[in-house]
Amino acid sequence: MPTLIIKNRSGIGKTIEAASGRSLMETLREAGFDELLALCGGCCSCATCHVHVEAGALARLPKMSDDENDLLEATSSRDELSRLSCQIEVSDALEGAVITIADED
Amino acid sequence: MDRTDVLIIGAGHAGAQAAIALRQGGYTGTVAILGDEPELPYERPPLSKDYLSGDKTFDRILIRPASFWEERKIAMRLNRRVVAVDAEAHEVSLSDGSQHGYGSLIWATGGSPRMLSCAGYDLKGVHSVRTRADVDRIMRELETTQRVAIIGGGYIGLEAAAVLTKLGKKVVLLEALDRVLARVAGPDLSSFYEAEHRAHGVDLRTQVKVACIVGQDGKASGVRLHDGEIVPADMVIVGIGIIPAVEPLLAAGAAGNNGVQIDAQCRTTLPDVYAIGDCAAHANRYAEGATLRLESVQNANDQAIIAAKCLLGLAVAYDAVPWFWSNQYDLKLQTVGLSIGHDQTVLRGELAARSFSVIYLLQGRVIALDCVNAVRDYVQGRKLVVDGAKLDPGALRDTSRQLKDIAA
Ligand SMILES: Cc1cc2nc3c(=O)[nH]c(=O)nc-3n(C[C@H](O)[C@H](O)[C@H](O)COP(=O)(O)OP(=O)(O)OC[C@H]3O[C@@H](n4cnc5c(N)ncnc54)[C@H](O)[C@@H]3O)c2cc1C
Ligand code: FES
Repeated sequence: MPTLIIKNRSGIGKTIEAASGRSLMETLREAGFDELLALCGGCCSCATCHVHVEAGALARLPKMSDDENDLLEATSSRDELSRLSCQIEVSDALEGAVITIADED
Repeated sequence: MDRTDVLIIGAGHAGAQAAIALRQGGYTGTVAILGDEPELPYERPPLSKDYLSGDKTFDRILIRPASFWEERKIAMRLNRRVVAVDAEAHEVSLSDGSQHGYGSLIWATGGSPRMLSCAGYDLKGVHSVRTRADVDRIMRELETTQRVAIIGGGYIGLEAAAVLTKLGKKVVLLEALDRVLARVAGPDLSSFYEAEHRAHGVDLRTQVKVACIVGQDGKASGVRLHDGEIVPADMVIVGIGIIPAVEPLLAAGAAGNNGVQIDAQCRTTLPDVYAIGDCAAHANRYAEGATLRLESVQNANDQAIIAAKCLLGLAVAYDAVPWFWSNQYDLKLQTVGLSIGHDQTVLRGELAARSFSVIYLLQGRVIALDCVNAVRDYVQGRKLVVDGAKLDPGALRDTSRQLKDIAA
């Protein structure tokens, strides 16, 4: 059960307890963040679940797939911290991580 | 009588997003969603994918958790159906005999599955795939089902065929036209998916006409074809499209026919009545301005946002590029644009490699792409569709260059 700090688009942070095993996208949705559209429901088809993951935690996560990498190109605010939250499985690797919901496209 | 400033009819993708967007935009009036299904808004696409396969439980496909709607003060009035609209009085009548008044009405009712019109359509064991209740019924019967006949080779029928084959069922898919996906894609994509399904063991037949469903003791036992052949089946799944649920609105005087007519701000011809999602017929710039209905999460979501903005006093016109996805076996299809009306197709990549794109052109302009296991083409192709890029077919075919470089 890692603790995450989620920053919404206004930069306001909120600390949540995340259940391991679910995707980060599902975790954010469950926690009531309405800015995350996640339109394809997590099947890596839409890029509307874009987040920025703090560098330290990002390095501890498994590498992203080619599909995720390609799909991220569809977003306008991609940077080196960008990930699609539906492709991240919540685990202890994320303990204490700051996750920022990316700007709308 | 209950009354809310905004009343949304239909607790599906479009209705849910309209309410979310209103609150996000700072709307402070009262908002209620009234829907005839018992569930809180949930994602429909998994019904023929991860939910049917058992890979995702229902709680994982809820669009938002229950607490979300309470916190945002969005009242959920579920399990009741609107049967009539009085546009002048600004109120709707419900199936339970009550009334609900509104300031503005957002009609987001989707559609009901088209039923077979032949004998046996209502036998036990005949199913559609539109709601959670439909799919729960299918799943309950699966244990005692060996053979499934699927009628209709659209996306939903094909996705169901893929899931049920993987679950070990013998699947026969019956399509009336000469190819599957005929209404939404070109022949390359159709023949590719036909071959894939056959390779996975589906008995896929095109140009077959269903005469009736035959049964025993009130339960389906097979599908009789026009030539007299009976295809034995313990379960029949009908996926032949939807009929937009707009009766009460049309009866109230809204313009429309196949769906309710809306303008670029999602307004119907009735005062203070908007319509969004699968039920809304609109002029789409990606179809050369033709009036059509789109049945996609993209369209439901983007029209919901337009209607919400309009209610917030921001006049923005609907102009979103259409996109869609479908998952079958290990094939990820992503579509951008609308291929209807194309006069040329370009195949980029090899069907045999199971990673390729079909690019649709109209008078030399790129109007749509169907990308199979080709996410990069999908992402880069979107810009070509938005720009209506005129590119040489030979160049588009050249997979040694990325689409963005070809367009540059
Ligand atoms: C099995 C399946 C798979 C799909 N796969 C994909 C996909 O992969 N990608 C994609 O983009 N799209 C997909 N779609 C399409 C997508 O789900 C729809 O486009 C989307 O749900 C449309 O949203 P909507 O709100 O307009 O309608 P709906 O989501 O259908 O919601 C309408 C709601 O209104 C209710 N209602 C109707 N009439 C009344 C009334 N008179 N009173 C009260 N309530 C009423 C309905 O029961 C329903 O709950 C799929 C659809 C299905 C069924
Ligand atoms: S939810 Fe669509 S890509 Fe993550």
